[in-house]
Amino acid sequence: MTGTIMQPGVKALEHEIECRLDVGERFAGLFATRPTRTAPLTLSAHLATPGGIDTLEASLPPGAESYPALTPRLGAAFWYEREIHDTFGVVPEGHPRLAPLVRPGSPETPGDRALPRHVTGYGMFTIPHGPVRSGVLESIEYLVETPGEAIPHLNMRVFYKHRGVQNRFAGMTPADAVLLAERTEGIASVAHALAFSHAVEQIAGCEPPATAQLIRVLHAELERIANHLDVAVRLADAAGLAVATARLALHKERVVRLVSRLCGSRFGRGVVVPGGIRAAPLLPPAQLRAELDRLAKPIADDAAALMATSSFLDRLRGTGPLTPERAREHGALGPIGKAAGFADDARPARPYDAYRALAVPPAKPHVAGDALARLRVRWEEVDQSFRLLRQVADDLSERAPDLYSVTCEPVSGRAVGWSEAPQGEVLYDVSLAAGHITRCHPRSASFHNLVLMHEVFAGDILTDFPFIEASFGLSVAGVAL
Amino acid sequence: MSIWVLRGLRDGVVTTRWPARPDDYADSWRGPARPLPAAALLTPHPAAPALTPHPAAPVAPAAPGSSVSIEALCPTGAIIAERSGNVRVDQGRCILCGRCVAERPDVFAWSQGATGPGAAALTRDQLIVPELPETDAAVEAARARLRERTAALRRSVHIRHVDAGSDGSEEWEIQALLGPVYDIHRLGVFFTASPRHADVLLVTGAGARGMAVPLRTTYDGMPDPKIVIAAGTDATSGGLLGDSDMTTGGIAATVPVDIWLAGSPPSPFGIINALLVAVGKLGRDPASSGPSAPSTPARLTTGPRGRRWSR
Repeated sequence: MTGTIMQPGVKALEHEIECRLDVGERFAGLFATRPTRTAPLTLSAHLATPGGIDTLEASLPPGAESYPALTPRLGAAFWYEREIHDTFGVVPEGHPRLAPLVRPGSPETPGDRALPRHVTGYGMFTIPHGPVRSGVLESIEYLVETPGEAIPHLNMRVFYKHRGVQNRFAGMTPADAVLLAERTEGIASVAHALAFSHAVEQIAGCEPPATAQLIRVLHAELERIANHLDVAVRLADAAGLAVATARLALHKERVVRLVSRLCGSRFGRGVVVPGGIRAAPLLPPAQLRAELDRLAKPIADDAAALMATSSFLDRLRGTGPLTPERAREHGALGPIGKAAGFADDARPARPYDAYRALAVPPAKPHVAGDALARLRVRWEEVDQSFRLLRQVADDLSERAPDLYSVTCEPVSGRAVGWSEAPQGEVLYDVSLAAGHITRCHPRSASFHNLVLMHEVFAGDILTDFPFIEASFGLSVAGVAL
Repeated sequence: MSIWVLRGLRDGVVTTRWPARPDDYADSWRGPARPLPAAALLTPHPAAPALTPHPAAPVAPAAPGSSVSIEALCPTGAIIAERSGNVRVDQGRCILCGRCVAERPDVFAWSQGATGPGAAALTRDQLIVPELPETDAAVEAARARLRERTAALRRSVHIRHVDAGSDGSEEWEIQALLGPVYDIHRLGVFFTASPRHADVLLVTGAGARGMAVPLRTTYDGMPDPKIVIAAGTDATSGGLLGDSDMTTGGIAATVPVDIWLAGSPPSPFGIINALLVAVGKLGRDPASSGPSAPSTPARLTTGPRGRRWSR
């Protein structure tokens, strides 16, 4: 269930958002559109309601180059308004900091080594880390302001790898665009393809066949397991646990190999298409079931051993804590939110595809909000994913041969689609005209959550940095689209 | 800590023996799309003149009821339909979506195998299959130039990776090389944080304009001789993003590329294969008839001291 509600102005929009947050809805994103250079700018805010995603909109007066910023009263809009400023040059007045975020400001900015400083005092200096970082990692620049050990302030510049994905969507057919959605945040290919397809299916008014829905869940859950194992690998590596790192990396490799045996791609690419899935899985359900059983136990075993290794737990406990108040205020997504007592998982809350029938139980409550709690949430999700996968494999084996997709040829309209990626909820706001995309705005969980990195260095020191970064488990590709 | 000691032995040796031994997973890997050789299209007949040196598939008439031209099948424009009727696939643009294979199985098929000399190209044109007539000479010239430069890189190679606008999946596949299954340390290959220590620049991503300066700075910071690998379809051609106001359509606009590797993302075996080709450790297999041929166990050239390079 989604709907678009027009507001008479930015002030009314802000008021409406506040009223809705007061009744328990969640702020899920803010973006702007301007169809032509001279047209007035329209602000669109997404709010997660119990049954779906609502869109609230307000247009600026024609020719307006500024508007009163929402950030001072709605902290979660901090990065969203910077993105709007980067993209359109429209100034949100009263915004605390309008430095370039997702797009390099001027052509010379990336090479400019003059570092912004926020904390001054005796012995304070800034460590610029990135965009080319040690290790095989995505490009991002962290500016760590420190007197030597503590990290009183962290600044992030994510614009280096901005790829112009959002503009690329314009003019594509849904069949091509789903391929781009898969490559918007590569480690969550399935979740992005699902969120995009859900939007397109809403516009077309079609529903994928039941078998296709199950296979979508199959790939989404395998992707979740692989992502959570990746986080565990990075955490074990940061703690210098060589055997644990190797064991977990082995499990992750086995999971992605299973995905590739199912569909030919190690990332589940090319599976989801608007209207269903592209083709039958290459493994029969019985064999899938056997593979799942072979994977689940060793993973659970090594996870238990890791969670009993005190030298490892010592590095995670109390590291990078996010308070439940901040998690709620910001509407923190995925494992980061769940670890801080704020769980809004799209699978139980706004179920889609076969999740409607599979009944995902609500997340166990955690409140610590630290790196350890985030890892615990991930292991619980891995367990839950295996349970879901076994159910899916059993359902598939009992099912008579069925269609894999229905015709999905949407013409015009607008809809918001969502899915629960391993990082948290992914939203796609898609507009179509004459069968082609006029605007597609993806909002990854990585974008929504990464800004919280600013706030979790309470008493943590430089050597905690890799743990905090890994425990967030986000992808820069999803931030700097 | 002690619990981990025995755990490390649990699964025995899980590391692949490739390239010393063939690896099933590498050989069964589904690579980029390719046109079927002409032989497969003609009615089988012993006298069929199918085996010209580099046969290109002639265009079959469009399937009944389909008005889509064969080039329009591909979302990245990888299909080249020549006026002569030949069809080629630029695998450097192929994002492995499989649409051409699904829609026209009479003309296209997946290429098989992640390894072999043909799986990593020494010139951009080598990624076009079946190869263009002038490709062979250009490849040989590129190989000779590369061999000259890599003579100094004997048994150990250090890599610096740079993400120039990837979708994040390429990084996963490169990280996998450090895991127990691929373990590239056994081949004398290591990752280094400093470009000053690096011999190989492994670049992923479509060439984000914001990364152009950091990428160039990294390249300039490396000592000679240095090799640049464009890892993946995005790094090779920009993939779906192509050349735009935010991406340069591949990384060649910023740094000179020596090795081109298709794949969206390339498989870990494909990346190791490219590394070995880059440092001249993997010779051209005379048995393979072109880049589209299925990979055979790689023939290792002897190292500079006359010893086999891998165990």
